[in-house]
Amino acid sequence: MYETTYHRPGSIAEAAAMLSKAADGKLLAGGQTLIPTMKQRLASPSDLVDIGGLAELQGITVGGGTVTIGAGTKHGEVAGSADVAAAIPALGALAEGIGDPHVRQMGTLGGSIANNDPAADYPAAVVGLGATVTTSKRTIAGDDFFTGMFETALDEGEIVTKVAFPVPAKAGYAKFPNPASRYAMVGVMVSKGTDGAVRVAVTGAGPCVFRVPAMEAALAANWSPAALDGIAVSAADLNADIHGSAEYRANLVTVMAKRAVAAAG
Amino acid sequence: MGMEGIGAPVKRKEDRRFITGRGRYTDDIALKDMTYAWFVRSPHAHARIRSIDTSAARAAPGVVGVLTGADLAGDKIGGLICGWMIHSKDGSPMKAGAHPAIAAEVVKHVGDQVAVVIAETRNQARDAAELVVVDYEPLPAIVDPAKSRAAAAPQVHPEAPGNLIYNWGLGDEAATDAALAGAARIVTLDMRNNRLVPNAIEPRAAIGAYDPAEEHYTLYNTSQNPHVARLVLSAFVGVAPEHKLRVVAPDVGGGFGSKIFIYPEETVCLWASRRIGGRPVKWTADRSESFLVDAHGRDHVTHAEMAFDADNRILGLKVHTIANIGAYMSTFSSSVPTYLYATLLSGQYDIPAIYAEVDAVYTHTAPVDAYRGAGRPEATYVVERLMETAARELGVDPAELRRRNFVRSFPHQTPVIMAYDAGDYEAHLDAALKIADYAGFAARKAEAKARGKLRGIGFSCYIEACGIAPSQAVGSLGAGVGLWESAEVRVNPVGTVEVLTGCHSHGQGHETTYAQLVNERLGIPIDQISIVHGDTDKVQFGMGTYGSRSGAVGMSAVLKAIEKVEAKAKKIAAHLMEASEADIVIEGGELKVAGTDKSLPFFQVALAAYTAHNLPAGMEPGLKEGAFYDPTNFTFPAGTYICEVEIDPDTGKTEICSFVAVDDFGKIINPMIVEGQVHGGVTQGLGQALLENCVYDEESGQLITGSMMDYAMPRASDVPSYNVTTTETVCPGNPLGMKGCGEAGAIGSPPALINAITDAIGNNDLSMPATPEKVWRAIRAVA
Ligand SMILES: Cc1cc2nc3c(=O)[nH]c(=O)nc-3n(C[C@H](O)[C@H](O)[C@H](O)COP(=O)(O)OP(=O)(O)OC[C@H]3O[C@@H](n4cnc5c(N)ncnc54)[C@H](O)[C@@H]3O)c2cc1C
Repeated sequence: MYETTYHRPGSIAEAAAMLSKAADGKLLAGGQTLIPTMKQRLASPSDLVDIGGLAELQGITVGGGTVTIGAGTKHGEVAGSADVAAAIPALGALAEGIGDPHVRQMGTLGGSIANNDPAADYPAAVVGLGATVTTSKRTIAGDDFFTGMFETALDEGEIVTKVAFPVPAKAGYAKFPNPASRYAMVGVMVSKGTDGAVRVAVTGAGPCVFRVPAMEAALAANWSPAALDGIAVSAADLNADIHGSAEYRANLVTVMAKRAVAAAG
Repeated sequence: MGMEGIGAPVKRKEDRRFITGRGRYTDDIALKDMTYAWFVRSPHAHARIRSIDTSAARAAPGVVGVLTGADLAGDKIGGLICGWMIHSKDGSPMKAGAHPAIAAEVVKHVGDQVAVVIAETRNQARDAAELVVVDYEPLPAIVDPAKSRAAAAPQVHPEAPGNLIYNWGLGDEAATDAALAGAARIVTLDMRNNRLVPNAIEPRAAIGAYDPAEEHYTLYNTSQNPHVARLVLSAFVGVAPEHKLRVVAPDVGGGFGSKIFIYPEETVCLWASRRIGGRPVKWTADRSESFLVDAHGRDHVTHAEMAFDADNRILGLKVHTIANIGAYMSTFSSSVPTYLYATLLSGQYDIPAIYAEVDAVYTHTAPVDAYRGAGRPEATYVVERLMETAARELGVDPAELRRRNFVRSFPHQTPVIMAYDAGDYEAHLDAALKIADYAGFAARKAEAKARGKLRGIGFSCYIEACGIAPSQAVGSLGAGVGLWESAEVRVNPVGTVEVLTGCHSHGQGHETTYAQLVNERLGIPIDQISIVHGDTDKVQFGMGTYGSRSGAVGMSAVLKAIEKVEAKAKKIAAHLMEASEADIVIEGGELKVAGTDKSLPFFQVALAAYTAHNLPAGMEPGLKEGAFYDPTNFTFPAGTYICEVEIDPDTGKTEICSFVAVDDFGKIINPMIVEGQVHGGVTQGLGQALLENCVYDEESGQLITGSMMDYAMPRASDVPSYNVTTTETVCPGNPLGMKGCGEAGAIGSPPALINAITDAIGNNDLSMPATPEKVWRAIRAVA
C-alpha cells in the first residue's frame, strides 16, 4: 500500500468538506473493496475519509411501505434484521449471500452500490426492487443510479446516505456464485410491486446490472416460473471469463430468474 | 495401547500454540538491524533484458542496496539445481537449462526475478522497486505443454531443443504392444491433469543473516527440509560453506510439497546479507507472489490405452504423457512425472505388461514440482478413470471389474519397478461398498431423478508408494540424495526425553506422534517428551518431510535410537538391582526384574547414567543414542474411495453428497491425526477435480488465475462430511508396520469424483476441474 492520510469525520458534512480539500481523496466505508485494491497498489488515494462509523449513515427503518437502510449499514446487519426479514425477505437473503462472515461484518450497502462491481449483489436489489438512493446532494432513482461497469450517477465527492426500498407484494433473489470469488456469476432479483408492476434485474451477467423487459412482461401476465420458459437474454452483451462463457451466463439468467420467482412464491 | 501410546487418539500437543496464535513462523522472527527485500519481477512471460537502470531506486528513501543478476554472476553464485537425474530412452542425460536466482539476460515466466531491492522497511523496498527501470524486448511465449514441442513453438532454453528435457520410458514396450494387439477390447482415454497452485496458508519467507566476524550465515526459511536446503545452498549454489551455514525452519504453516524446493528468494536473501555488510535481509511473499512463483503442481497431458481379454482381465496398459516442467527445473521436478508417476501405473491390479513414455517439456510458466501426492495422483487418475471407463464400455459393474483384476498374493512384482509388499484390496473395497450402501444406489438415483437431479456414483481404488526409499534404489534411479532418516534420543538426567529428528513438521503433528512412540516404549508421559526438528545446528542431518515418509522412515529411525537407549538402560538397571540384564523389562515407566517385585523408575536409571557413580565397569556415562534408518522398500498405502454426487442439470453444478474413504495405512500411531490427514487430502483432491485450475493466457503467458478471485480453493461448504475409516495390513518393510497417510486423500479422490459425475451425466468426456459450465455442456452434448 502507498502511504495515505487517514481522516475520521464526525458528520456527513465534515466528510464532504474533507473530501473536497484532499488532492485525491476517497471515502472509506467497510474497506472490503478499497483496502484490497490499495494493498495491491491499484489505487493510491492521497487521503482516506473514513465514514464507516458515522451515526448518520447507520440503521434500518421500516414504515410507510418502505424499508430504508443507511448507507453505512453492514451486510450482516441487513442479513440479521428481523424487520427486513418480515418486510422484504428477499433483501435479507441477498445480504446473507454476500461474501463470507468477515466481509458481511465490514462491508456496507453504500460502499457496495457506489463501487458498482458488475458482479455485486446489491445492485440487483436496488434495481429489482425499484429503490431510491439518497445522497448528500439529492435523490436518485435506482434505475438511473448504475451507469456502467464500476460507474454510477454519483458526482465527485457525492456521498450515498441511504437507500429506500419499497416493500413489494412479492420478491425473490437467486444467485449463482462464482466458484472462486463467490460474487454473483449471475444474480436475479424479481419483484411484483403492490401496484402489480414487475421487475426483473440481473447482476453478474453483464457489465452492469440490467432489467429484462421480456421476462417482466411474461411475469406480469403470469407470475410463475413456467412463464419464463423459453425466454432468454442474448449472450451477445454478456460477460465471459474462465468461469463461464456468455452463452452459459445467458442460460443461468433464465434458470436463476425462474428460481427467484419460485423463491418469491 | 496405553492412554498416550501407539494407537491412542491423543490431542495434538502443538495445537495450543497454533490455536492461540503463538506459533513462531519465519515472518514472526525479527533480528536486530533487519532489512527487507522486495523483488522486481518480470511482467513478461518471455523477454530479453536490454538494460536495467537501478539509479533511481538506489536514491530512494530507506534503500540499503539494489542487486541484479549481474551482481550475482559477478560473485560467482551458481544457479539452482534439479537434484534427480533422468536419462532419456536414447541414453542421453536430461537437458536442463540454466536457473539463475536472478535472471540476467532473459526472463522466462511472469514473475521471474530481475532485481532485488533491500531497504529499511518492506514498503520502502517495494516503493523503490517501482523505480527500477528494466528495458525489456518482449519475445513470444509458450505455455501449453501439448503445443510446446511444435516446430514453431518459442524456445525456452537453448540447452533443450524443441523444449524437450527428456523423453523417458519405463516398462516393456514390445510386450505391451503385443498385449494390445491380442486384446479382445481396448479402452482409450485422453486426459489432462490440471495444473494447481499449492497455496499453503503461510506464504514462503526467508531471512538471510551474515555474520562478518565469523563469516557465518544463518537462514530462517519456510522449509520442509532444512538440511537439504543447506546442502544445496552450500555444495551446489555456493552461497556459503556447509559448516558456516545454519538453516532453521521454525514453525511452517503448510507445505504440501511447495516448501521442499530450494528457491531463488532464500538464495538471494543469504547472499544479499553479505553484500550489504551483514545486516539480516527478510523476504516474505505476498499472496500474489505465491501464485506467481511457488512451484505449481501436476500439469500432465496423457493418452492411455488399456487392453482386456474376453474375461475382462487386464492384459496391458500403454501410456504417453507430456509433463509440463515450467520455465526452470525445480529441485525434484524431474522425478515427479517419472519415478513417482509411471511406477504406480499398475494400480491395485495384476497387469502383465505396462509401458509408459513421458516427454518432459519446458514452457514459459512457473516451475512445476512435487505437490501433495506428486506423480501418484496423476497415475491414479489415469488408472482409475480407465477402469471406470472400461466397466462402462464392457458393460460390467465397476466394483466387480476392479475385484476381478486385483493383486491377491504378496509380494507382487509389477512390470514398473514396484514390488508391492502387503495389502488386502478386497477388504477395503468390500468395506467401502458396505459403508456407501452401494446396493441402495439405484433407489437413491431414482429418488434424485424425481427431484430433477442427476445422481452418480464413482470409485477409485488407489495405491501409492511412500517413503521414497531405499537409498540405494533411488540412487540407481537418479536421485542425488539418499532417502534414509536420522534420529537422536536424548534422555535427560531427570528422565525427560528429547527426540531430535531430521524430519520436519509443518502440519503433520510430529510433536505428538513421535512422543507417542517414546511413550509406548519407555512409558514416559508425552508432556515430558519434546521433539526437536528444523534446525541444522541441533539435528546433525536429515532429509525432511514429504512423500509421507516421516512415520515409516522417520519414526523407524527414532525407534532404532530408542532401542539403543533401552539396551543401555537395561544394563544400568541390571547392574543397580544386581540382576541379569536379560531379566530386565521396561514397563509403565519402570525397569523391572521380571518375576520379582524389584524395579527402578526410569528417571533413577537416567540419573545413574549421568551421575556415573555406579555404572557397570567400562560403561561410558550418559544416556543418549542416535540412529540412521534406511528402509528396505517403499511402503504401499492403498484404499477404496466411493463418491456420490448430484448434478443440477439446469446449471451443471455438482453437489458432493457423500464421500467414503477406506484406507489401509498399516499400523496407525494416532487415528485422530490420520483422520485429519485424510480429510485434508481428500479436500485437496476434490478441490482439484471440482474447482482448482491454474490458467495462463495462451497468447501473453500472463497468469490469469493470479488471486483467490479467480483461483477457486475448496471451502468447507463445497465438500460433504466425510465417512473415513481404515483397514489394516501390517507393512512388513519397517519395524512399526506403518505405511503413511499424508497424501492418500489427494491421490485417491479426484478420479472418484470425476467418475461419479460422468456416471451421473452419462458422458465420459469431461476434464478437471468439472466446472458447472463444463458439466452443463457435457450434459447437453449427449441430450
Ligand atoms: C472476500 C470478499 C468477498 C466478497 N463477496 C461479495 C459478494 O459475494 N457479493 C457482493 O456484492 N460483494 C462482495 N464483496 C464486496 C463487499 O460487499 C464490499 O463490502 C463492497 O463491495 C464495498 O463496500 P465497502 O463498505 O467495503 O466499501 P469500501 O471498500 O470502503 O469502498 C468501496 C468504494 O465505494 C466508495 N464509497 C464507500 N461508501 C460510500 C458512500 N457512502 N458514498 C459514496 N461512495 C462510497 C469508496 O470511496 C470506494 O471507492 C466481497 C468482498 C470481499 C473482500
